[in-house]
Amino acid sequence: MRRAMLALLGLAVLGAGGFWIVTTPSRVSADSLPAYTPDLANGKAMFHAGGCNSCHAIPDEDDRTKLGGGMELKSPYGSFYAPNISPDPRDGIGSWSEADFVTAMWKGTSPDGRHYYPAFPYTSYQYMKLEDVRDLFAYLKTLPPVQAKARDHAMRFPYNMRRLVGGWKLLNLDEKPFTPDPTQLAEWNRGAYLVNAPGHCAECHSPRNGLGAIIKSQRFAGGPNPDGEGWIPNITQAGIADYSVGDIEEVLTSGATPEDSVGGSMVAVVRNTSQLSKEDRAAMAIYIKSLPPIEGPKPPPEAK
Amino acid sequence: MLRTILAIIAVAVGVSAVVAQTDPIATRKALMKKNNEHDRNLRQMVRGEAPLDATKVNEAFAQWGDTARQLPNLFPDNSKTGQDTRALPKIWETRSDFEAKIAAFGKAVADNKDKAKTLDELKVAYADVNKACDNCHESYRRPSQRQPAAPKQ
Repeated sequence: MRRAMLALLGLAVLGAGGFWIVTTPSRVSADSLPAYTPDLANGKAMFHAGGCNSCHAIPDEDDRTKLGGGMELKSPYGSFYAPNISPDPRDGIGSWSEADFVTAMWKGTSPDGRHYYPAFPYTSYQYMKLEDVRDLFAYLKTLPPVQAKARDHAMRFPYNMRRLVGGWKLLNLDEKPFTPDPTQLAEWNRGAYLVNAPGHCAECHSPRNGLGAIIKSQRFAGGPNPDGEGWIPNITQAGIADYSVGDIEEVLTSGATPEDSVGGSMVAVVRNTSQLSKEDRAAMAIYIKSLPPIEGPKPPPEAK
Repeated sequence: MLRTILAIIAVAVGVSAVVAQTDPIATRKALMKKNNEHDRNLRQMVRGEAPLDATKVNEAFAQWGDTARQLPNLFPDNSKTGQDTRALPKIWETRSDFEAKIAAFGKAVADNKDKAKTLDELKVAYADVNKACDNCHESYRRPSQRQPAAPKQ
């Protein structure tokens, strides 16, 4: 009996040790980054494609380039508070190196080696090209520094244990770069990249499982609004078969749909997508129109 | 021309007042649908896809002003659910902020309705009004739960 207990204890220690090892946050080293001159115009496009200010701008602040953080993002696991990503050296990312920023975007790891919660959608940003991430970093550094430390997240137990996110990442980050489809035209591939990488559209427009990961087989098929009330629409052809490419482009340009207009968080998205080039929006629309029909979960019947 | 427009508004307001009492959800949905149609007209002008048309501009601003006046009365307590309304419960939780946003929309419309005579002026006026529309929709309108119609190519 005693030997069995000791064996179990030994296994538990090995298991915890193993878990600790496999959940070590991974980093991108500065040595791996070749010399590079950033393109600020592209950085600005990535800023709008990525929608950074939708979460990181100070709430209710008119100037959406003040990325002082503080916005609350409610979730089934607790409340997240978006951090300050302005170039302030003390309260923001002003003292970050390029490698720190690439590590955050690709690996979801902080400069001091902690896991970020996937409320920060690095599950999509991991597919961004290195040049685009570096351009974005350079552009962010041109924005006004904001002195404001956002409050810590308020996560329920056990979600407040950051190390557990390491396990989640093993299941959900595939460490593969974005690969264009050689059978598709360049415009389609551009749209596929913008939607899946910086655009991170699937992060809202997909249903999630009990561990908060996107259900891959129902990607883009809509689901409960992850950060509030209501139901996020299915944007596969099972949801928007009656929208033409032009209709989808119009949504991204002005928020107007053939029936009326978008609401909720999509308004903030359109504030950004409206700043992209017409070609980029057209590419995104072409890609979205091509999504094969996938039935998503059904919204609950409306309360009467 | 102006008198005709005023007469139309007067009748519309009168009719709306009656309908609003009986079916606020249907009334506000109809107003939003009309808002969208006028928005589309002006959007095409601003983008140079349609010629500047003063009649249509005036009609848009008149209808939007009418909307701003009617909206505060179209969200009584018994209109929170039904008919697939996109009104979020938050409207009734932060009612004063909701009504402040309607007032801001009304102000944007009133401030700009006489300042949209040239294309350049219209671009500024249109952006101003749109911003007020967005501000309210962002906080108080949920995503649509539409059922898709037949495919379009």
